[in-house]
Amino acid sequence: MRELVELLAKALVDNPDAVQVNEIEGEKSVIIELRVASEDMGKVIGKQGRIARAIRTVAKAAAAKEGKRVVVEIL
Amino acid sequence: MRSVIKTAKTVDEAVAEALRELNVDRERAKVEVLEEPQKGLFGLIGNRLARVKVTVSEDPVKLAKEFLYKVCDEMGVNVYIEDMTVDEYIHLSFSGKDLGILIGRRGETLDALQYLTNLVVNKQVEDRVKFILDVQGYRKRREETLRKLAQRLSDKVKRTGNKIVLEPMNPHERRVIHTALQKDNRVNTYSEGEEPYRKVVIAPKNS
Repeated sequence: MRELVELLAKALVDNPDAVQVNEIEGEKSVIIELRVASEDMGKVIGKQGRIARAIRTVAKAAAAKEGKRVVVEIL
Repeated sequence: MRSVIKTAKTVDEAVAEALRELNVDRERAKVEVLEEPQKGLFGLIGNRLARVKVTVSEDPVKLAKEFLYKVCDEMGVNVYIEDMTVDEYIHLSFSGKDLGILIGRRGETLDALQYLTNLVVNKQVEDRVKFILDVQGYRKRREETLRKLAQRLSDKVKRTGNKIVLEPMNPHERRVIHTALQKDNRVNTYSEGEEPYRKVVIAPKNS
């Protein structure tokens, strides 16, 4: 899950080296914390959060396959 | 699109250095000579080095496939992606086993992947390209379902004289509904609400 969000984020931003992703694993859910360079925030959030929503949708689909819930937080 | 600027004693040397750094062949790169080298007086004073700008424009289809193969791999699904260009759209169709997770509820995962692919690739190429993603003919089947739904609901509107508000749909799906009922002179269709919750309304035409 962590790798998937990292892959998506790195492909979207201008500073891939500044992308940091943490995974906090619970029993039934996973929390993914995504950090990017401040000037790249717009690249992972998008107008009205459209990009963030797309990232969450893809992460959710991957998590569902493992029978888990996922929360992607952009910090 | 990536580019580098290099300086060297000759144009050829500068280009070679740039290509090495970009890790591409000469055929895939565009070279601009910013400054021709010049020999100064007696080869001593006023020597000027060659300065070149080398740009690689990548193949958008290749970039999209590379991205999507990696994403699918991380999602734990095995796919084969075929591309076909129709007018200004590049269609990428996925085949494989258990691809339901790539579609998601009413195609929301597929739409998310399509949106991300368009963003990621257009960030790297010079001329804007549009990708349409499909999984085993899902989009066509969904279109057919929507067309039938439009027909059924318009019949109901005519029968009851009451308007019907459909569930939220993306622009493409709304267009399918509008187009399906465009020629029907007994009902009107329009959209209301804000994205992403915009809905089609089918209303009786007051005559």
